[in-house]
Amino acid sequence: MASTRFINDRGLTARMTLVMFLLGALFVALVVGLMFAADGYGYGGLVPIIGIAGLGIAWFQWYNSDKVALKAMRARVVTPEEAPELHGMVDRLCALADMPKPTLAIAYTDMPNAFATGRSPSHSAMCVTTGIMDKLTVEELEGVIAHELSHVAHRDVLVMTVAASAGITAGMLTRGAQYGAMFGGGGRRDSRDNNGPPFWIIALVLSLVVYAVSFFLTRLLSRYRELCADRSGAFLTGKPGALASALTKISGEVASIPSKDLREVQSMNAFFITPAISGMTFKTLTSTHPSLEQRLEQLAKVSAELGKPMDGGFAAPGR
Amino acid sequence: MGLWSTLSGKTKPKQANLDALFSLPAAAVTLQTAAGFTATGVGSVCYRAAEGAAFAQTQADVVELLDHDDDPDVERSTDSFGFTWLLARQSPDDLSALVTDLHTVNTSLEAQGFGPSLLCSLVGFTDPAGRRLGLVYLYKQGTFYPFAPQGPQQRDNLLEIQIRDLVKDDLPVESDLTRWMPVWGAPGL
Repeated sequence: MASTRFINDRGLTARMTLVMFLLGALFVALVVGLMFAADGYGYGGLVPIIGIAGLGIAWFQWYNSDKVALKAMRARVVTPEEAPELHGMVDRLCALADMPKPTLAIAYTDMPNAFATGRSPSHSAMCVTTGIMDKLTVEELEGVIAHELSHVAHRDVLVMTVAASAGITAGMLTRGAQYGAMFGGGGRRDSRDNNGPPFWIIALVLSLVVYAVSFFLTRLLSRYRELCADRSGAFLTGKPGALASALTKISGEVASIPSKDLREVQSMNAFFITPAISGMTFKTLTSTHPSLEQRLEQLAKVSAELGKPMDGGFAAPGR
Repeated sequence: MGLWSTLSGKTKPKQANLDALFSLPAAAVTLQTAAGFTATGVGSVCYRAAEGAAFAQTQADVVELLDHDDDPDVERSTDSFGFTWLLARQSPDDLSALVTDLHTVNTSLEAQGFGPSLLCSLVGFTDPAGRRLGLVYLYKQGTFYPFAPQGPQQRDNLLEIQIRDLVKDDLPVESDLTRWMPVWGAPGL
């Protein structure tokens, strides 16, 4: 039986499973809560439609994620002839990880970053910026690419989209409730002469609460997924040190880029290797990525795991 | 890949499949009789060196083990992608000795938990016209594919397809052509 050095981080898995469970529960709570509230006003049939529409939008976002993301970054797909080194590097990492090769694209911006997206490993795209290729050594870039490939292998776009569906539905409802308020929602009461607040207020409050909770939970989940990708990527290349030094290099530089560029890429943050914006308020709660210290600490753990001999150790020299 | 490994974000590193390597000598006979390609007696293993003492020690042990006999010593080189190649030489008639050498590298790495680091193995062939051919073994798929370089960055696809059809009865051949990764400048070609 082949031995493995891959460590099982049970704590991380447990925390992540809990967050995913909470997000699922949140979606159910939103739909059920609305149904109860709507029942009293005779809108009961409307609620499942809202839930399904929310899921539909989430599905659409996921299904088209590769094209939309590349377009948003104005990235250009490159052929093996145009970028032989990049393709060669990804070829080898994909052969090592036994996964299909994603579409490769290059974004012409000085911001050092990379992201991977796509609905499944066979329909995925990976993009690196010219900035990251200039700033990192070959080994560091390889660590970053292995991290992104891990996102693809873990189907993180799918997981994050499903996780965000409660938030998407709630956001949609908030808009809907605002229209309800504008177009005379208060006057349309049920024949049962209900004395409670109008339905649109309940819907607004409920969806705002769900949206806020979902916001923090998805950010938390995103940070966990980053840690998972770091770990798998480090095991793939066998060089956690290279990824660590790449992260240190990029994190320092991302913040020092003019803010015009940063606003442009804001919507892409969740898929980047390091976020382009570091919010000062609620920083730890709202960031899509774990802190550099946290990531380096985990990489050091992986490095220690790779460095120690397996059970039984090495044969004594000379025997 | 299961639902659980997706949810937990833990795709296990794929272990190497070592078994098919020993079907090489049979394929070599076919290559010689049907296409005139003979083994050069040179073969190499390509793997990704992990950082840390454990890998360095494992690698040193393998090299010492392989050098501890009468045949020429193994040569180690690192390519531009950061992958390490171990090159073993044997007499051209004794392909099974070469395959055994290659297999020693694989099993030693695997025993120390570095099985997922193995990328590919390559055994070199040549024909009287001087054309070079490598049979590349992909560890993760457990399949072979031919690689025939022609000039610095060109490959002879026609020859590769011919060879594939010749050896497909002797070897498990990689059916997905997109996995036929070029290994330019690989030691042993």
